[in-house]
Amino acid sequence: MREFAYFRAADVGQAVATVAADPEASYLAGGTTQLDLMKDGVLEPDQLVDITRLPLRGVVREGDTLRVGALTTMEELAADPTVAGRLPFVREALLLGASVQLRNMATIGGNLLQRTRCRYFRDPTVPACNKRRPGTGCAAIAGAARMHAILGASEHCIALHASDLAVPLVALDAIVRVRGADGERSIPLTDFYLLPGDTPDRENVLVHGELITAVDVPLPAEGTRSGYLKVRDRASYEFALTSAGVALLLDGGVIVEARVALGGVGTVPWRAREAEDILRGAPPGPAAFRAAAEAALRDPFTVPGTAFKVELAKRTLERALRTVSGVTS
Amino acid sequence: MTTLTVNGVDHRLDLDDARVTLLDALRDRLGLTGTKKGCDQGACGACTVMADGKRILSCLTLAAQCEGREIITIEGLGVDGVLHPMQEAFVRHDAFQCGYCTSGQIMSAVCLLAEGRAGSDADIREFMSGNLCRCGAYPNIVAAIREVAGAGGGHA
Ligand SMILES: Cc1cc2nc3c(=O)[nH]c(=O)nc-3n(C[C@H](O)[C@H](O)[C@H](O)COP(=O)(O)OP(=O)(O)OC[C@H]3O[C@@H](n4cnc5c(N)ncnc54)[C@H](O)[C@@H]3O)c2cc1C
Ligand code: SF4
Ligand code: FES
Ligand code: FES
Repeated sequence: MREFAYFRAADVGQAVATVAADPEASYLAGGTTQLDLMKDGVLEPDQLVDITRLPLRGVVREGDTLRVGALTTMEELAADPTVAGRLPFVREALLLGASVQLRNMATIGGNLLQRTRCRYFRDPTVPACNKRRPGTGCAAIAGAARMHAILGASEHCIALHASDLAVPLVALDAIVRVRGADGERSIPLTDFYLLPGDTPDRENVLVHGELITAVDVPLPAEGTRSGYLKVRDRASYEFALTSAGVALLLDGGVIVEARVALGGVGTVPWRAREAEDILRGAPPGPAAFRAAAEAALRDPFTVPGTAFKVELAKRTLERALRTVSGVTS
Repeated sequence: MTTLTVNGVDHRLDLDDARVTLLDALRDRLGLTGTKKGCDQGACGACTVMADGKRILSCLTLAAQCEGREIITIEGLGVDGVLHPMQEAFVRHDAFQCGYCTSGQIMSAVCLLAEGRAGSDADIREFMSGNLCRCGAYPNIVAAIREVAGAGGGHA
């Protein structure tokens, strides 16, 4: 690990000013991505600005919005009573991620900004990685790509965005609140992430020094049911091969509102709007569920290592829809 | 100088290098070698300690971040040389082979009970999944935890 200076920010303004003024500085929250990648030699900041003591922690309900402070830990958010009562799929996505130890450290802001688990990105001895070193190629396309993306991918990068939490949050149209050197702004999570295209090194719309202060989560209508299904290579403590976050409001035998997002398959947390359109107004059942799954996985970008994910992702979504709707045949 | 509070004792440390993790500070500077370094990258749980009553990974925590926090390590569980009930249960159930993962398992297990998550074997397995055991002592680990949970406690 390269040497760096440690600085504990006293307030939000000081944190933002310090990082904005130093192009080589990074924020340090739970450290579970940041320190991990510094140990690998992938990230080499000259300064870490510790934000964990800033007063950006905790969950407040404001009407139909849940404001989640960026430094709230994954365990803390999962334990929130409104999350348990109104946002079961958020709670499930949190508790199915990482381990208790990591969830006690990992923050909500850091979770959204976690970097890909692509093994070639994480290994600086691999020469070809457009995300780590633009213009060098992509080792994953012809390599071990079991944990890679099939939606939103390009021939320049097929790296997965591996956050579980971001899946229900994109489905809910969460808003990321940001503070930068020039003031505050709010960014819909659905516009927050950038597809790799030919610039996979640019992952989101934040500019250097912008600090996530909170995430606003709109609560779905009363009576909405939701669930998060995660399919993986081992039963626990593992990233998703495929996952689906689904929220449905049923009334009189018809789906009146549907929110669908997929994990384990996208270069960004993947909102499946075509699937939602098919489900909305349809009676819940195998026909609508299969049609939604087909629509969600249209035009995948596969390589030999990821081809199996197309059908797996469809079945993951169908099962999540069956479970959440309670309609199994 | 940075003050680290470990097992109730304040230690003054000169953190000349910001890269020092809590794990390295415990082992190399304070001589508390009960906490183990497995992967050093957040994947195995061998380095589990408590910070302000919550289990965390000391390998992905900077020592400098811990100023003012109450750190408890495996050395701090027993009182006056008497083992913590979870330590006793691990011995009784033979819940280890090489023992390398054991202090992390025990720290995690003590927290698991405090979190109220040891209700069933399935829950114990799920909420202990951040602690890997290369020797595969899992059935005995679950048995040890189940026994202490059934006895109603062993809270930290
Ligand atoms: C072994 C392991 C297993 C895991 N399994 C899962 C899993 O199954 N599912 C899952 O979803 N995740 C998983 N993760 C990822 C984990 O959830 C993330 O590493 C964690 O959420 C990151 O949060 P943090 O607070 O530790 O961020 P940090 O590591 O501190 O920061 C991450 C990045 O975000 C920046 N940053 C942090 N906070 C802010 C902010 N408020 N504003 C601006 N920038 C900020 C930092 O500069 C850094 O670049 C796993 C991680 C590990 C190590
Ligand atoms: S998939 Fe992306 S991150 Fe992985 S090697 Fe290719 S360019 Fe790098
Ligand atoms: S040594 Fe910390 S998790 Fe493996
Ligand atoms: S007892 Fe050897 S690793 Fe668990």
